[in-house]
Amino acid sequence: MAFKGQIVIDTERCKGCAVCLAACPMQVIELSKNVNGKGYNYTEVVNDKCIGCASCAMVCPDGVISVYKKQC
Amino acid sequence: MANTDIEQRKQELLNQGYTEVYTKTKVLTDAVLHYCPGCGHGTTHRLVAEVIDEMGIQDKTVGVSPVGCSVMAYNYFDVDFQEAAHGRAPALATAIKRLNPDCFVFTYQGDGDLAAIGTAETIHACNRGENITMIFVNNGIYGMTGGQMAPTTLVGMKSATTPYGRNVALNGYPLRITELLATLPGTYYVTRQSVQTPAAVRKAKAAIRKAFENQKLQKGVSFVEIVSNCNSGWKMTPVAANKWMEENMFPNYPIGDIKVDGKIAEGIDANRLVLSHPLTVVNK
Ligand SMILES: Cc1ncc(C[n+]2csc(CCOP(=O)(O)OP(=O)(O)O)c2C)c(N)n1
Ligand code: SF4
Ligand code: SF4
Ligand code: SF4
Ligand SMILES: [Mg+2]
Repeated sequence: MAFKGQIVIDTERCKGCAVCLAACPMQVIELSKNVNGKGYNYTEVVNDKCIGCASCAMVCPDGVISVYKKQC
Repeated sequence: MANTDIEQRKQELLNQGYTEVYTKTKVLTDAVLHYCPGCGHGTTHRLVAEVIDEMGIQDKTVGVSPVGCSVMAYNYFDVDFQEAAHGRAPALATAIKRLNPDCFVFTYQGDGDLAAIGTAETIHACNRGENITMIFVNNGIYGMTGGQMAPTTLVGMKSATTPYGRNVALNGYPLRITELLATLPGTYYVTRQSVQTPAAVRKAKAAIRKAFENQKLQKGVSFVEIVSNCNSGWKMTPVAANKWMEENMFPNYPIGDIKVDGKIAEGIDANRLVLSHPLTVVNK
């Protein structure tokens, strides 16, 4: 059963620590060149390979990421 | 993204037939954590809050925060909280639990708080077998005050007060207080976990869940150490700090259960508890 995932990032709360990048098995996330209101390079989704595994959300210290998935 | 945009986006996904796999628990407030980027305190807060949420005990949980970086934990948990004087959280938690035996009471403490200034309160609460949960975040340093040596600082590890690395002749040995507490009759569950990978997070959460569930049994202290990072104190990026932690902290602070259901866990050599587990010397 394959899943298609989507993540929603609360970019204003992201601190750009990159811990989620290291945890993602599909290299879906990167740090933006832009910064948020606090001056952090926030995370953004760079491809559509997300499988909704929630690994990124598991390790995010700031609870920034919400994860969704559906069967495909 | 503004808050309303985020909620809108989530609703859109639900409308498109997606189901929600994960979102921040409501047991955490919306306050932005003051911790440094990538700090394990944030992840540990999340797991404790998720356990409280999943057990449905938000209205009967009381937390006790320490002095240290997590001093303002009460801002982040939407449960009743008290702030203890430095190291005294187990004493305060003792009083709260004895006066409110139906409440779930937990302390949340760093290594400076729990294993230095609060050693007496820690040991005696554990030895009395108070029916509480203790969450112990060991990052091997005094994070809040600028990275001074803690009892848990590794041999050879540089800190603000050991600029040439911790030297046993001068500074003594790292204190494995968790092993020590496991030898006390008043501890019922003693485990050491970490939160740097998805797999570690799942295990740590299961341990925290067990530590809270155990309060129903009234059999003594359930103690969860989280070996954590202090990127700022260690002067590393968060990702590098996690790797350094795996390579240097874990050999000295082995991950896994030490005591389960009142008995020393399988595979734990009794010598590890009473004799010195071989220490490694680190170079940072
Ligand atoms: C009575 C008293 N002594 C000393 C201090 C200074 N102080 C504040 S936090 C801290 C140590 C915190 O280290 P730890 O418990 O490891 O927490 P971390 O910040 O690393 O999470 C110390 C010594 C204080 N606030 N009160
Ligand atoms: S782990 Fe969280 S705070 Fe860190 S970069 Fe990823 S989304 Fe941002
Ligand atoms: S849910 Fe999994 S695949 Fe999707 S971004 Fe997060 S870690 Fe990557
Ligand atoms: S100083 Fe260390 S322990 Fe404190 S918030 Fe920063 S990284 Fe975390
Ligand atoms: Mg500390």
